[in-house]
Amino acid sequence: MVHKSIETKHYEERASFFDDLTRMGQLSRRGFLHIAGVSAGIAAAKGLIVPQSFQLIEIAQAAETAAPPFTIAYVSDTHLYTRNVNDRFVRSAVKAVEDVNALDPQPDFVLFGGDLAQLGRREELDLGAQILKDLKAPLKMMVGEHDWFLDMGEHWRSVFGPPQYSFDHKGVHFVTLMSVQEKDFWTARGMTPEERMHTVAGLDNGIQSRFEVGPDGRQWLQNDLAGVDKKTPIVIFSHSPLYKYYRNWNFWTDDADEVQAILAKFDTVSVIHGHTHQLLLNHIGNISFYGLLSTAWPWPYAPEGLPKLTVQMNRADPFNAFDGCGDGQLNVLASGMIDKVYNLWNRNPVTVRANYLSSSGAKDRPAATTLSSY
Amino acid sequence: MRLSRNLALAFSLAAGPALAGNDPPRHQLQPSPDGNLVVGLCDGETSIEVKDVKPGDQLTREQGQQIADALMKEWRSKHPDAEWVVAAAEAPAPAQQPGAGAPAGSQFQTYGAFTERDQQIWKESTDRLVAEGKRIFHDDKALGGTNAVSCDMCHPDGSNTHPETYPKFQVQLGRVALLRDMINWCIENPVRGKPFADDDPRLKALEAYILAQRKGVALDYGKH
Repeated sequence: MVHKSIETKHYEERASFFDDLTRMGQLSRRGFLHIAGVSAGIAAAKGLIVPQSFQLIEIAQAAETAAPPFTIAYVSDTHLYTRNVNDRFVRSAVKAVEDVNALDPQPDFVLFGGDLAQLGRREELDLGAQILKDLKAPLKMMVGEHDWFLDMGEHWRSVFGPPQYSFDHKGVHFVTLMSVQEKDFWTARGMTPEERMHTVAGLDNGIQSRFEVGPDGRQWLQNDLAGVDKKTPIVIFSHSPLYKYYRNWNFWTDDADEVQAILAKFDTVSVIHGHTHQLLLNHIGNISFYGLLSTAWPWPYAPEGLPKLTVQMNRADPFNAFDGCGDGQLNVLASGMIDKVYNLWNRNPVTVRANYLSSSGAKDRPAATTLSSY
Repeated sequence: MRLSRNLALAFSLAAGPALAGNDPPRHQLQPSPDGNLVVGLCDGETSIEVKDVKPGDQLTREQGQQIADALMKEWRSKHPDAEWVVAAAEAPAPAQQPGAGAPAGSQFQTYGAFTERDQQIWKESTDRLVAEGKRIFHDDKALGGTNAVSCDMCHPDGSNTHPETYPKFQVQLGRVALLRDMINWCIENPVRGKPFADDDPRLKALEAYILAQRKGVALDYGKH
């Protein structure tokens, strides 16, 4: 008996359905999709269904807050293997790109939150670059540890450029940090680049070093921010959380305190980070932290250290490969603070208002989970 | 009393077919001149004749006990220095026997009479099984997966596997599932491998690892 996963059977049946359609000569696959899309549009126009959960939130958003000056969309932690190794993660990444492309109006730009590849291979990074090329909006790239530790970022840099950079957009100063440096744990152990990459790719092995921005990165940040007025809103993109959540899984930045100290003089600071694959919120001093969702798989909340402001997302349904995964948006408000939309696939999106974090949980608390994690 | 009962289980009976020539030497019991039942002890020497009982007669429990007691009495009279008395005297004091809760000088028995060294050996054996489970949990090839996905990718340190909640009605399956059913479900679907047979050592090792990660968590079967 040949064992096939539910997912494999589903996509085989789906493929054979379209093959049959084409064979019948009535419709091409594209034509069928076109008609299906038109029907959905008619149903939506009649108020029967909401075609994009995204758009619904957009409207609610616009009604309740001052018109947001602009929106950023994000896709993060795609963890791509090559297509022949794992088609699921490729499909998820494509789904996220389609989500973002369906946004109307389009975001000012799209942040990719790091961990494009699973094992840092050239083919994985190239595949990722190819998928992200389909985005209509401009792309800002951030690096993750899965992209880096095979060749220490050589191929990533050749495709996407320097991992640390800053830019200004509509009055906000954006900084992308390379926050997944690790102290050398591999040379003493005589590891090959592949072994080093495999070690970093595992969350619970305890061998690798903890993430850090590092002295050079912190100096660079200090220099970059030296000329920026304290009233200018700052948004930091970082793959690791830039605070200390759970050391054993490297949900952690070892020099987080030093980095936070550099950011302390600014009135409004938001940190947008990848790596943790979950709805994750924190507020320390003047800084609001927002974790990004992964498209590949969700991670359970760590057994300790969860910031108390985090409103947990429901635990993921293991029977649904997309559940607990997703993408989302950052709505940058007139104040420079951020309303964050977690677009959880197969669930209602969760919007976290900037007020919720800046009031340390006193205002606008999102609805609590019904299925808390074990 | 318990010892004598255990010995009584090892009686050999005089009745029965003649021994085959190539069998090892056995306790040869002298038949009773009156045709009574003769019962031998497992020491290969001691035997007694049971009056008014013929071979093949049904024995009551009381009769059996009397026979056992008589045999043991006979044996003790021949062995005033009975070995278990010596062994008990030499056995470590109860304070060194973590498994024996009885106060000093109470009964001795082999079950529960273990030392710290024994415990260490047992712990190492158990940890070896857990370590093997951990290896498989982290290795897509060992899991027989076909898409480079291993258990730890979604369940670091075995988190969110909640073995303490099984058995439970698994709504998505429409039936009651055990932890192993869910392990196999994950192997077949997210990992896209072939499920393990119930007696597959890999499945046992995975269960060992997953359970070991939840040491101290209260069992709560059926929890959702």
